[in-house]
Amino acid sequence: MTTKKIARNLMLAATLATVSTVTLAQEKVKVGFMLPYTGTYAALGNAITNGFKLYVNENGGKLGGRQVEYFTVDDESDPAKATENANKLVKRDKVDVLVGTVHSGVALAMTKVARENKTLLIVPNAGADEITGPLCAPNVFRSSFSAWQPSYAMGQVVAEKGYKKVVTLTWKYSFGLESVQGFKEGYEKSGGKVIKDMTLPFPNVEFQPFLTEIAALKPDAVFVFFAGAGAAKFVKDYAAAGLNKSIPLYGPGFLTDGNLDAMGDAGKGLLTTLHYGDGLDNKKDKAFRQAYATTFKSQPDVYAVQGYDAAQMYNAGLKAAKGDLANQAEIIKGMETTKVDSPRGTFSLSKAHNPVQDIYLREVKGGRNMVIGTPVKALADPARGCKM
Amino acid sequence: MDFASFLIQTLNSLQYGLLLFLVASGLTLVFGIMGIINLAHGSFYMIGAYLAFVLSSATGSLYMAILLGVPLSLAFGALLEWAFFSHLYKRDHLEQVLMTYGLILIFEELRSLLVGDDVHGVEIPALFSGSIPLSDVLSYPVYRLVVSAVCIVLAIALYYVIQRTRLGMMIRAGNHDRTMVEALGININMIYRVVFALGFALAALAGMLASPISSVFPNMGSHVLIISFVIVVIGGIGSVWGALVAALIVGFADTFGKVLVPEISGMVVYIVMAAVLLWRPEGIFKKG
Repeated sequence: MTTKKIARNLMLAATLATVSTVTLAQEKVKVGFMLPYTGTYAALGNAITNGFKLYVNENGGKLGGRQVEYFTVDDESDPAKATENANKLVKRDKVDVLVGTVHSGVALAMTKVARENKTLLIVPNAGADEITGPLCAPNVFRSSFSAWQPSYAMGQVVAEKGYKKVVTLTWKYSFGLESVQGFKEGYEKSGGKVIKDMTLPFPNVEFQPFLTEIAALKPDAVFVFFAGAGAAKFVKDYAAAGLNKSIPLYGPGFLTDGNLDAMGDAGKGLLTTLHYGDGLDNKKDKAFRQAYATTFKSQPDVYAVQGYDAAQMYNAGLKAAKGDLANQAEIIKGMETTKVDSPRGTFSLSKAHNPVQDIYLREVKGGRNMVIGTPVKALADPARGCKM
Repeated sequence: MDFASFLIQTLNSLQYGLLLFLVASGLTLVFGIMGIINLAHGSFYMIGAYLAFVLSSATGSLYMAILLGVPLSLAFGALLEWAFFSHLYKRDHLEQVLMTYGLILIFEELRSLLVGDDVHGVEIPALFSGSIPLSDVLSYPVYRLVVSAVCIVLAIALYYVIQRTRLGMMIRAGNHDRTMVEALGININMIYRVVFALGFALAALAGMLASPISSVFPNMGSHVLIISFVIVVIGGIGSVWGALVAALIVGFADTFGKVLVPEISGMVVYIVMAAVLLWRPEGIFKKG
């Protein structure tokens, strides 16, 4: 081979390399949102989407240096359609990362699809313990919480207040039962005793028989899991029955999120635990709220934060892999080791990929859930059943 | 369960049963007399609750909301009958189910467009916002007792209208034999329109009365719909008296089921329904 030829080949190779780098940089990262955009949880799905896009915009419209292309499927919060919907994004659209969802039943089906196809999944809300428990996988992440976390913290809070016996009440579905389980663990470990667990079928809201039961049992305090309209009704019924005067009521933050307007005065002074709240004293949160309000003309909530953090987590992974979408191992490693600078406060991820985060105690004041303390710092989900 | 708790649970059962009666009475009228399976009945309840919310926010009083809401629902019910349901009388049940299911979707979407998807509360009128102490820790909200009283009054009024008035006689006759009633020169279409408007207004009124207790929220009609059908079937299709008895049975079964057999409380009402139907396949008060 002559020198000339070598030089020419080298030049050709260099050109080819340049060309391929250029195409690589132009290839967009495909983000698939599988979230509820209709039905009861539509507002939550939109908040998560907005939060995610807000981070991408702040990051110059890019994730890991690549332009972003969005794919969207409305999951309708219907577990029966979940596998098919997830496959649309994974197999038809070939997304690089799947983001979803709110409803735990749908999220469990998504987790299974993600495990089978090795598609990266970030769950931005659904709190079912299994997702980062028995179903945990290298490619499954969560940017929100596990049902266990806020309730476990509440168990400690109630025990520290000196209450010796507690009655629990929840809808009889997995998220409620997991919440009660978490509470019991935190509470009984700190010396309290749950004297009775009561349940009613979802979405039944005829609480009167249980209020009569509670009045007859006379516990020191009551722990409940309810959410949305049902929670508003429960809190109002509890106050109307006069029980709030003698037996204080506690619950995880879902009890008072997005329904304070409907609760009216009955909600005043309620204490709940969650990984986010109003009036957090950190710069990141203030900037986030400001930016969200200007961009979307509405106030952000915990769901928007979880969407925002899902984008941050994925960005960190892509950056670690230098934007190489095919290098999943590197992306996962990057996500596992990142410290997420979240509006809720900085958090890292546990071995099972669930946030290790502070749980706040919040009090309902002036129609908001004001943070009044941090009873448990850096709380990690026990990830029972996770073999990773 | 001690005796005091037992009494309070009985009160809970009565109170719940009476409210259920108010929703189910309209359904049993429309189902029994006009022969229409109306899946949209729960939506009528939802519409009533949202009317109460919108009108009471606008006027500042629940009384005004009900005063305006009832004639509005009567008019809207008559309009619906004219526009949609009058075409269904001679169709089979499948077509009725399809159309009334379609109406549920339309009403929910309209609700979403007009009022949004948030949960809203409705203020209890100041006069009834207190509670009566029953034991050292438990009180009973006055408003619930008032609602029960209103339900009893309405039950008596309905009974009177249907059993003792000329209109009631025509309604019962229409239920029995439509052709014969027409042959006697009675405008059966007008009777149907009145019955349907009445059924709509009863469901809407139940929604209005329940709105301060239950809050208003998307899809609030769906749970009410199922339990209403259970009541209609237990009571005997078309029997208002049967609906009252069945509603009270359901009220008791649900309340005591939750306390005594919590593991299967979701099923108790349906077990009762199955038992009643084994005993009387056409419901308690179905007359041949």
